[in-house]
Amino acid sequence: MSWTGKQRNILDFTLSSLLRRKGRNAALVFVYTFVVFLLASVVFLAQSIKEEAKEVLREAPEIVVQRLVAGRHDLIPETYIGKIRGIPGVQSVKPRLWGYYYEPLNGANYTVIADENYPYEKGTVVIGNGVARHLPPLVGKTMPMRTYGGSYLFMRIRETLSSESELVSSDLILLSVDDFRKLFRIPEGVGTDLVLTVRNPREVATVAGKIVEILPDTRPITRSEVLRTYDAVFDWRGGMIFANLIGALFAFVIFAWDKATGLSAEERREIGILKGLGWETSDVILMKFWEGVVVSLSSFFLGVILAYVHVFFASATLFESALKGWSVLYPAFRLKPVITPYLVSVLFFLTVVPYTFATIVPSWRAATTDPDAVMRA
Amino acid sequence: MTLRRESTAFFLFVALCLAFLLLLFAHASWREKADLGIYGEKREIVKALGLTDLCLFTEARYTRHPAVADRFTPFQDHPMSLEHFPSASILLPPPHLSAP
Repeated sequence: MSWTGKQRNILDFTLSSLLRRKGRNAALVFVYTFVVFLLASVVFLAQSIKEEAKEVLREAPEIVVQRLVAGRHDLIPETYIGKIRGIPGVQSVKPRLWGYYYEPLNGANYTVIADENYPYEKGTVVIGNGVARHLPPLVGKTMPMRTYGGSYLFMRIRETLSSESELVSSDLILLSVDDFRKLFRIPEGVGTDLVLTVRNPREVATVAGKIVEILPDTRPITRSEVLRTYDAVFDWRGGMIFANLIGALFAFVIFAWDKATGLSAEERREIGILKGLGWETSDVILMKFWEGVVVSLSSFFLGVILAYVHVFFASATLFESALKGWSVLYPAFRLKPVITPYLVSVLFFLTVVPYTFATIVPSWRAATTDPDAVMRA
Repeated sequence: MTLRRESTAFFLFVALCLAFLLLLFAHASWREKADLGIYGEKREIVKALGLTDLCLFTEARYTRHPAVADRFTPFQDHPMSLEHFPSASILLPPPHLSAP
């Protein structure tokens, strides 16, 4: 008999043997698929957010300059602009005005930005789609905002930003510079921070160094640091996510080991009969190998496909409560699908290899069982 | 048609899964091209307003804007305050804050 013919015969036998113990094996495939699904969902989600950040934030300011007072971020005087403009290589410097507004009606936090090119009249706002979704229905087209002086500004909503841009604009409220200063009682002559453009991108680090030299109470943040932030903060190989996943993975390895070592009486009898009929130890190991291949491959494919659907078609619904935390406002984002041969191979090695290792020794033990002892038991 | 051998059914299943996986690759590539316009819009907003962060976690300042957060924001409430926002357990600290 040819080599392939032998493999096919053993595979046929393995499959019919697996089907005889449907319930037990279905439970294993279900748990295995769930572990792969969980891991793949996290990897897809993290990778997609990283890619999204890389694509979108490449238009972020080249340098943001913050002022720190006693280790905390503070308002920056506009007199700093002149000093920074004097640094060779600096093309433009302008202040940004932005802050956070807590809406007591629904408990949401908004990011309020004064747009220097705000296209509408004073007393109006442009809101992000997430803000629009969470506005109490009674408010209608006017949004009352409590100023830091205690009075109210009744801002008319002129426009809602598109739902497609929610990943950057969901919680934004845009208004005029005058309305912003009125709302937060921020005097003229100071800004939240400064944004710079630099003539030669290769000089960004030098300019950032000079800013700290001239103005020691400031902290420059460059665009590459912003981009690196998203590369690092969503690294699935670190942090609590990884700690939780490792726990799940180990629990699964223990489960697989337990399943493989705890051979049922029926399985023992089966191996005994096979060996009695003339099967070699290597044939039984081969049968166990095919058993592993069937279980691993089926669970791996199902897990990866389901994870893709979960993250990119269902917006990672199962993770929503974990990602949302205590936030009231959570963007309804549609992420850029990311699936690469590298990611699929990483998932394969993270899930199939531990299972194979966990079942290899028990399989060998089963294969070396003495047929006489088993059939007598 | 009945499948006489279990192995044929298994190989068919694997082939079907592989085809589905390839379809996912095709879908990702198609969506990337189809969404180019949306990226343009997002990038425009980022450029016009000078944004530095994605709007993912709105519960705390340092999770809404991790790129411009400082070292002390997670412990801002009082000197013995422990970091307590759930989303902060998902985010790792930005590298420019943990650098010496």
